Amino acid sequence: MTAAAAQLDAMVPCPGVVRQVAKDTPDTFTLTVSRENEREQNAFKPGQFSMLWMFGVGEVPISISGDPANCDQLTYTVRSVGKTTEALVSHKPGMSIGIRGPFGTGWPMEAARGREVVIVAGGIGLAPLRPAIYEVLNHRDLYGRLVLLYGARSPRELLYRKELAAWARQPNTQVLVTVDYGGLGWHGNVGVVTTLFKSAKLQPANSIAMICGPEIMMRFVTRQLGECGVTTESTYLSMERNMQCAVGFCGHCQYGPHFICKDGPVFPYAKIRPLLDKHEL
Amino acid sequence: METLERIIQEHPFFAGLGDEFMDLVSGCASNVRFAKDAYIFREGQAANTFYLVREGNVSLEIYAPQRKPIVVATVGVGEVLGWSWLLPPYEWKFNAHATANTRAIALDGKCLREKCEKNHDLGYEFLKRFAQIVVNRLEATRFQLLDVYSAQK
Repeated sequence: MTAAAAQLDAMVPCPGVVRQVAKDTPDTFTLTVSRENEREQNAFKPGQFSMLWMFGVGEVPISISGDPANCDQLTYTVRSVGKTTEALVSHKPGMSIGIRGPFGTGWPMEAARGREVVIVAGGIGLAPLRPAIYEVLNHRDLYGRLVLLYGARSPRELLYRKELAAWARQPNTQVLVTVDYGGLGWHGNVGVVTTLFKSAKLQPANSIAMICGPEIMMRFVTRQLGECGVTTESTYLSMERNMQCAVGFCGHCQYGPHFICKDGPVFPYAKIRPLLDKHEL
Repeated sequence: METLERIIQEHPFFAGLGDEFMDLVSGCASNVRFAKDAYIFREGQAANTFYLVREGNVSLEIYAPQRKPIVVATVGVGEVLGWSWLLPPYEWKFNAHATANTRAIALDGKCLREKCEKNHDLGYEFLKRFAQIVVNRLEATRFQLLDVYSAQK
């Protein structure tokens, strides 16, 4: 197989070089990776993910968390929770990994144009939403008000703290952050992410909502959005299951009639609402 | 200039409250300000007031020996602070600490309790509204206890 043919094969990893590993929180790191081939290969839609291969260890699906306008590199925010992710965040600059993708559907950025964009993130769920935030801020005139509601476990587990502060200073942008446990030295909100809705003052008739976080949190948030008047048709969720092939062959991530890797990970809430209510799915 | 009646009427907590009750409520209301770091009330004190926060932020704290207070929740603009005034023993269970300069409408709970005893329709309106706040806080607390962001290895 030629190199060009290999690039087209979704099952063959392309070599990438780790350029930077930055620690975000005690167990979460952001890796910057450049591919050794064409720049165009780095193009992605906000919400998509890659399969990252640690040679001799394994492969994991990781959402792309960087700026979609920057095609020189790919950025991934990784929480170290298992053997493969531990290996991934232990990489030093200059080391190689394999990359497949980008895969999956993205956030509905076209549908969001001209509308109030409500982004609700929990924990590391902010990572797949960050490209959507960049997209809105890069094309500010195309979108309405940007509302970011972000909840994390504690202040030290907040991602992208400097960026949160910078985004809050942008025009027509509201950033509200809360933590479940405040601790010493924290003067911000304490409480779950749904408590932020009271201060958000949404314009539900013109809002489009994008949610990512633990599934329980997303269920609470969809209920709250409904109470605020945001329709299920204007609500989108990023789902997570055991993705392995990333192209809908293996069936590991089957979710009812859908494959999360191929038909998701971003789904309109209206499409998957009945599945979210099914136990043991 | 906004009158107290107008501010109370427009507050989400009183949405839909009949005009016949507004005078009764307004008669128990006053404007209050708290400087940053002031304590609005403290655990164990008599609870005879509740507040509609108009500006600023308030931390609900619990005292722990030999350490700084633990913040269990924050109450912000548009929210209601305090429900211990409504039910015996009328004692605050937490400290309320203004973490920013805070403006609020204070409602005299003692005065309202008496009015609610005399006018059960008003009492029912208050109980319905506070029950909703209590339910919301209970759900939020359960959600908080789930610790959904913790790593699942």
